[in-house]
Amino acid sequence: MRLFHFLHKKSSSELAKDRLKLLLISDRVDCSTEVIEMIKNDMIKVISKYIEIDPEGVEVQITRTRSGSKNSVVPALFANIPIRNLRL
Amino acid sequence: MSEVIVITSGKGGVGKTTTTANVGAGLASLGQKVALIDTDIGLRNLDVVMGLENRIVYNLVDVIEGNCRIKQALIKDKRYPGLYLMPSAQTRDKNAVSPEQMRKLVNVLKESFDYILLDCPAGIEQGFKNAIAGADRAFVVTTPEVSAIRDADRIIGLLEANEIHRIELIVNRLRPDMIKRGDMMSVDDVVDILSIPLLGAIPDDECVVIATNQGEPLTGMNTSVSKIYTNICKRVLGENIPFTDLNYNRSLWNKMFFAFKHNYEGAQR
Repeated sequence: MRLFHFLHKKSSSELAKDRLKLLLISDRVDCSTEVIEMIKNDMIKVISKYIEIDPEGVEVQITRTRSGSKNSVVPALFANIPIRNLRL
Repeated sequence: MSEVIVITSGKGGVGKTTTTANVGAGLASLGQKVALIDTDIGLRNLDVVMGLENRIVYNLVDVIEGNCRIKQALIKDKRYPGLYLMPSAQTRDKNAVSPEQMRKLVNVLKESFDYILLDCPAGIEQGFKNAIAGADRAFVVTTPEVSAIRDADRIIGLLEANEIHRIELIVNRLRPDMIKRGDMMSVDDVVDILSIPLLGAIPDDECVVIATNQGEPLTGMNTSVSKIYTNICKRVLGENIPFTDLNYNRSLWNKMFFAFKHNYEGAQR
């Protein structure tokens, strides 16, 4: 059992990737993960007024995207909000 | 049309200078006229990596302060026609040069060179600001480590803020054996996180250390890394060269094994 448990452990590269992703979210917006959490909670509140969503499944993160006339890379707020029921 | 490229990374020791030397030599051997400028004032290194340390008379600060003509500070590399190096000053500090002066210098150099490569110092202070001032394209060098990637991400943000929008990624010091084991992030992982186009992926190879010891650029040597550098140079020139696979994704057998193990674990719980 212990052997299998050891094998099932996340590889160190996966761990590095996960840590980096979290780190870069706060680095990129110059705001902490707490602020992101607050944005997320407010978004859940607002959207819940109109649509039934799954608050547990909501994902909010800062990524990069290409936009504008110069097609330059800019930070973007990415939100993934699973809908449970379209009509309240 | 000439291009000014800054080679930067944020974090030190990831291979900016080595990359500058090898890409410079590679471009020169492909027939381009190239000027390399070491902008790391106080800690000059590009001259030793190139093996030109004994030929320095004047340096970057001498040019900026008007102690010599630009041509006098450009050391001609006799191994490659069209390759020149402007060394940095060792006994001065970063404040000896301003971004405006750098911009003027590269604009003059643009008239006589196809490519001007600027070797940027580590950090995001004055030296970095000087190096990026005149650049219209940037290569960000990183290694597959958390600290280096974090710094690279910060540098990308700063380059964007300074209106440099052509930013390409070079991932250095990859260890295929470790990637295979899952103990090192792959090229795809790094590209995925930083979201900028990939220019090259370079393995951690003994011959890079050996070449640096000898003060010889890798270009022209018969090693796999030399070929990778040549491919990078061809991509810089706009050729569409496919990438050598350094990712070593899990084989089908491995995938099956992991799936089995996962299910077994689940059943036990």
